[in-house]
Amino acid sequence: MAPKTTAEVGGMGHAIKRKEDPRFIRGQGRYVDDITLPGMLYLDIVRSPYAHAKIKAIRTEQALKVPGVLAVITGETLAQYNLHWMPTLMSDTQMVLPTEKVMYQAQEVAGVIATSRYAAADGVDAVEVDYEPLPVVVDPFKALEPGAPVLRTDKKDKKDNRIFHWEVGDRAGTDRAFTEADVKVTQHIYLPRIHVASIETCGCVADFDRVRGKLTVYMTTQAPHAIRTVVALVAGHVGLSEEKIRIVSPDIGGGFGGKVPVYPGYVIAIAASVVTGHPVKWIEDRMENLQADSFARDYHIRAELAAKKDGTMTALRIKTVADHGYADAAANPSKFPAGLFSICTGSYGFKNAFAEVDGVYTNKPPGGIAYRCSFRVTEAVHTIERMADVLAQELKLDPADLRLKNFIPPEKFPYRSALGWEYDSGNYAGALKKAMEKIGYAQLRKEQAEKRKRGELMGIGISSFTEIVGAGPSKQFDILGIKMFDSCEIRVHPTGKATARFGTKSQGQGHETTYAQIVAEELGIPAAHVEVEEGDTDTAPYGLGTYASRSTPTAGAAGAMAARKIREKAKKIAAHLLEVGEEDLVWELGKFSVTGAPQKSKTIQEIAFAAYTNHPQGMEAGLEAVSYYDPPNLTFPFGSYICVVDIDRGTGEVKIRRFVAVDDCGNIINPMIVDGQIHGGLTMGMAPALLEEISYDENGNIQGGSFMDYLLPTAVETPKWETDKTVTPSPHHPLGAKGVGESATVGAPPAIVNAVVDALAHLGVRHIDIPITPEKVWRILKEKGVAE
Amino acid sequence: MAMHKITVTVNGTAHSAEVESRFLLVHFIREVLGLTGTHIGCDTTHCGACTVLLDGEPVKSCTVLAVQAHGRRVMTVEGLERDGKLDPIQEGFMQEHGLQCGFCTPGMMMTGHALLRRTKNPSEAEIRQAISGNLCRCTGYVNIVKAVQYAAAKQQ
Amino acid sequence: MIPAAFDYHAPESLSDALALLDQHGEDAKVLAGGMSLLPMLKIRLAQVGHLVDIGRIPGLEYAKEEGGFLKIGAATKEAALERSDLIRSKYPILLDTAAVIADPLVRNRATVGGNLAHGDPANDHPATMLALGASVVVRGPKGERAIPVDQFFRGLFTTALASNEILTEIRIPVPPARSGGAYLKLERKVGDFATAGAAAQVTLGAGGAIEKAGIGLTNAGPTPIKAVEAEKFLAGKRPDDQTLQEAGRLAARAASPSPDRRGAADYKREMARVLTVRALKAAIRRAGGPS
Repeated sequence: MAPKTTAEVGGMGHAIKRKEDPRFIRGQGRYVDDITLPGMLYLDIVRSPYAHAKIKAIRTEQALKVPGVLAVITGETLAQYNLHWMPTLMSDTQMVLPTEKVMYQAQEVAGVIATSRYAAADGVDAVEVDYEPLPVVVDPFKALEPGAPVLRTDKKDKKDNRIFHWEVGDRAGTDRAFTEADVKVTQHIYLPRIHVASIETCGCVADFDRVRGKLTVYMTTQAPHAIRTVVALVAGHVGLSEEKIRIVSPDIGGGFGGKVPVYPGYVIAIAASVVTGHPVKWIEDRMENLQADSFARDYHIRAELAAKKDGTMTALRIKTVADHGYADAAANPSKFPAGLFSICTGSYGFKNAFAEVDGVYTNKPPGGIAYRCSFRVTEAVHTIERMADVLAQELKLDPADLRLKNFIPPEKFPYRSALGWEYDSGNYAGALKKAMEKIGYAQLRKEQAEKRKRGELMGIGISSFTEIVGAGPSKQFDILGIKMFDSCEIRVHPTGKATARFGTKSQGQGHETTYAQIVAEELGIPAAHVEVEEGDTDTAPYGLGTYASRSTPTAGAAGAMAARKIREKAKKIAAHLLEVGEEDLVWELGKFSVTGAPQKSKTIQEIAFAAYTNHPQGMEAGLEAVSYYDPPNLTFPFGSYICVVDIDRGTGEVKIRRFVAVDDCGNIINPMIVDGQIHGGLTMGMAPALLEEISYDENGNIQGGSFMDYLLPTAVETPKWETDKTVTPSPHHPLGAKGVGESATVGAPPAIVNAVVDALAHLGVRHIDIPITPEKVWRILKEKGVAE
Repeated sequence: MAMHKITVTVNGTAHSAEVESRFLLVHFIREVLGLTGTHIGCDTTHCGACTVLLDGEPVKSCTVLAVQAHGRRVMTVEGLERDGKLDPIQEGFMQEHGLQCGFCTPGMMMTGHALLRRTKNPSEAEIRQAISGNLCRCTGYVNIVKAVQYAAAKQQ
Repeated sequence: MIPAAFDYHAPESLSDALALLDQHGEDAKVLAGGMSLLPMLKIRLAQVGHLVDIGRIPGLEYAKEEGGFLKIGAATKEAALERSDLIRSKYPILLDTAAVIADPLVRNRATVGGNLAHGDPANDHPATMLALGASVVVRGPKGERAIPVDQFFRGLFTTALASNEILTEIRIPVPPARSGGAYLKLERKVGDFATAGAAAQVTLGAGGAIEKAGIGLTNAGPTPIKAVEAEKFLAGKRPDDQTLQEAGRLAARAASPSPDRRGAADYKREMARVLTVRALKAAIRRAGGPS
C-alpha cells in the first residue's frame, strides 16, 4: 500500500527516521538511574538466602554503625503503617517486607537507606538475619498433592496450594470428538521459567515533598497511570491521595512485560522517602533483577490433538499446571487468570476445543508475567504449533501440507473460534506460501533427504501463528477493575504544530515517531511537527500502558479518533473561513477544499491559526481533542516462519542456518520500525528456544541467576533474520493496524523446535522441551546411536 | 579507607577527583562527571552497556576501578560528536534504525567506533564478533550490523 | 554491585610490587586485568585488604621469540596476542585460544598471566600452555624461578604461586618444523566459560608419523588437565582416524569434570573426547599432515 501522505508529512507507511534517536545517539536519554535530586538517599535491599524460612530475628545494630547508613527498614517498620503487604495486579497479595517468613530465595527482607550506594551496599552486608529453614515446595505437581505443606499460611481459609482453576470450551463436546477421532496424539510440553532481562534493570527515585504533601516517583514502569492508582490504593490510608501522586516514567531501557508489576523495592523506596523527607533512589542490580523480579511462563502443558486420517484437525484438549511462585503476580486482565491462553486453537479451524489451567503456589518468586507476549499467547502458540508437527509426524504428512489443509480460509473471517474469540482478519495460507517460496521449501526438503542419506542432520521447521493482542474491549478486559481502554489528547497550537499525549509508555518501540505519524496521517500536520509525550501522569491522559502489543490497537486508535474529532472541528472552522457549508467541503492531505473548486481551500495550519484568532462566533476557541478508545475487538496479527537448522553430531550444537519470517500486522505505520520490532522479537524468540532458562534445585536455590548462566544471545549466536510481509488490514481498527511488537517472540520458538525435531524425526524423535541445549540434543543422538 | 587523588582525561578534558580505592570507573563517569550516557546493565562484565574507550580501546567501565584510569584517556558517548558534527557511527545508528530503547546504544556505538578505527571495512562476521561483548535486547542486532556498515562506508 | 572496601596500590616497579605483597601477605592480591578478580569482589564472593595493581609496571607486555622460546609478558593483553603478527603467523593455537576468551571487550583488559595465575580450570590458556609444554616465570623475594606449567596448577583456584610472588612471563619452547596446534572450545554463547575445551599440539616426523603430541583440557576437572596417556599413545603413531579416536578416548579418561549448568559429567567427558579428536585433526593439518 503506497503512503497517502507526502514524505514531508510522513504519515502512515513512511519509514521516517525516529524522533527519539537524536537524544539516544548522544547519550542524552534520561533513564531512571540518570536522575539525581538534591539530598537524594540510596536504598539497597537485604535478600533471603533461603527459599522458605521463618525469620527469627533481624539485627540492624552493625549496619547502623556503617558510615553513611541512616536507617534500616524491616517488615516491622512497614507493619506500623500497614504497608508490609500489597496487592498484586491479579488481586492476590504479596509481601513488601516480611514480618514472619520468607517465601523464596532472594526475597526482600530489609531495606538499608544510606547517603551513597556504596554505604548502602556495606549496610546490606552488615544486617544480620536469623532464619529457621522450612520445608521447600519447588515442584508444582507436588504442591498440589494432598499433604503438601500449605504455603500461604497468611490466608486464613487456604487449605491447599491451588490458586485458581480456570477452564474454557466445551468439555463434553471435545471429549466426544476425541472418542470419534481416527487419530489422537498427546504431548507433554514444558515451557520453563524465563526472564525478560531488559538491559536496564528496574528502579525508581521516590521524592516526597513534605510541604506540598506530594509524592513524585520516577519509575521504570510500562503502566504509569495504573501504578498511580495502585499506589493510591495501597497507601491511601497513610495519606497518599491520588491527586498528590505523580508517576513519571522516564526513558525506559526495555520493558517486555517485566516493568508492569509493582515490585517491593518501589514501595520501600516510597516509604523511605515519606519517612525521611528525602528523595530515595533504588536501582536493582542484575542479579536482583533475575532472581526476584517477575518471571514468565513456567507452564506444564499436556496437549492432545484429534484428527481424521486425512489430517483434518477435529479437536484440541489441553490441561496445564501453571507455577506462579508464592503469589499470583501476573499482569493479566482480571477475568483471564491464564491470560489469553485460549488462543491455543491457533490458525486452524477446530470445531471442538477445551482447555484448563490450574495455578499453583510454590516457593519461587511471584509472577507469571509476559516475556514480550500478550498474556500467555506464547504458551498457546507453542502448544498448537508443536502439536501440528506432532500430528504431521504421526500421519507422515508434510507439516506445510498439514497446515495448509487446516488453516481457517480467508473467506471465513471474521471467524469465531471454538474457544470464543472472533478473529478479525487473516490470510494464513498467503503468509505460509510466501515464506515457503522465499526460503525455497521444496529445495530444502530435497537437500534434507540427500543429507539424511549421508548421516547429516538438518531440519526445517514451520510455525504459522495467530496472535491475539490489543486488550481490550471494556466488557471483558480490566486490570484491578480498571477497563483496558487507552487514550490520546491532541492539542493543535496556533502555528499549526501539535502536542499529542498518550496513556501508554514506549520502552523502545518508537511511539514518539509512530504516534506522530498517526497524527500526520489524520491531520496532515507533518510528523516532524507533532511532539509526542507519554509517561507523566500529571500531564498525560489516563491509560493502561504499553504491554501485550496494545499500544497501536488502543492508544494508536485513540490518536486517530482524537485527530478525527479535531478534523470535525477544523471542518467547521474551514467552512466559516471559506464561507461555505460544511457539506461542501472535502478533506484531502491536510486541507479542506470546496467541492468543485479545489483552488478554494484552507490548510490545517491555516485552520489552526484561525481556531485561536478567527473562530466562528459561538464556537469555543482552540483546537484540541481527547479520545478514550475502547476497542470493539482485539486484533489478530499472524505470520508464518520457517527455520532451517543444522546439527553438530559431535557436540549436539544447533545452528540456525536460515530463518524467514513473513509477518502480517495489518496496515503498517512505519515499515522501518516494524522490521526492527520483528528482528528483536525473533531474537527474543530464539533466546528461550535455545539458551535461556531459570530453574531451581530441590532446596529452591535459583540456577541461572546472573548473566553468567542466564544466557542472553549475542550478535554471534543470533542469525541474520530475513523478514517479509503480507498486509491484511484489521477491519475494526480505525487505521487497519494490528500491533506487532510481540508477534515474532510468540511465533519463533516453535519454528525452531520444529526444525530441530524435524532434523531428528527419522530417528523417532517427536518432541524436545526448550531450551534445546547442546547437551539435550547430544543425549538424543547418543540414545539413537548417531552421536559422533 | 584509602583515598586517591586521580586525574582522568575524559573526552579531552582533564578531570580530578578524590576517590575511594573501590570506586568504579563507571560511577566516576556517571556520578562525579555527570556523564550519564554510559549505562550500567549487568554488574558482571557481560552486557557492555558501560562500554567506554580507555586509551582508545573499548572496555567495560563497571569492571575498571576509577583509580586504574588515573593518568589515562577515557572517551564516552558524549565525546563522539565533535564541533556539532555527529560521528559516522552515530549517524549509522540513526539511519539504519540500529537502536530501540537506547540503553545499550552508547556502549554499542563506542565498540563500533573503536572497531572502525582499526578495521576500515569490516565484514559482517567481524562486526558481529566485535560487538559480541555488548548485549542488545531490542534490535536482534541486524540493524546494528547495518549501522556499523553505514559508518564504515561513510568513513571511506 | 559494589565491592567491599580495600586499599589499592599501583607500584611502578616489580620490586615495589613484591615488597607490597610481602608486607601484606595473604591479605593482598595481585590485580592484573581484573576481569576475574573485580567481578568476584563486586559480587563479594571474595574480599581482600589490598590490591596490588601490576598494570603500571613497565616491561610486562610483550610477545617475542628469544633463545628458543616464545616469551609472553604476563601482563600482555589477550587482545594484543590476537593482534600480534608473530602469534598470528606462527602460533595459531594461541590465536585460537585468545580469540575465544570471554568477549572482545574483556580481552582488551584481560591478561595472559592473569588467565593462568587465577588457577581457574575453566580458563582457556592453561590447556593450551599444557599442550605447548610451557613454563611460567615467577618472581618473588628470593628471586626468579621457572615452573613448568604441568606443575603449576595445584587445585581449584590454587597454583604453585606463593602469595608473595608474581607471575612475570610465560615461556613456550619454539616448536620444531612440521609442528602445528589448535584449540577448540565448546561454549554455550560468547562470553561463557567452556563446557569443554581441548588444546592439541603435534610435531610430525619425516615419515608423517606423530613424533610428539601435547594435549590439554579445559574445564575437565578441578585443575586444567594434561592428557598424558593420550600424548604417550600418539607418539610414534601414524595419525589415522582410528588412532586419533583412541587418543580422544584416552584424553576423555583423564577428565573428571563436575556437573553444572553447562552439562552433566558424562556429557562434558564426551565433549572432551570429541574436541580432542577435532583439535588433533586441526593440529595435524596445520603441521602439514594429511587433512
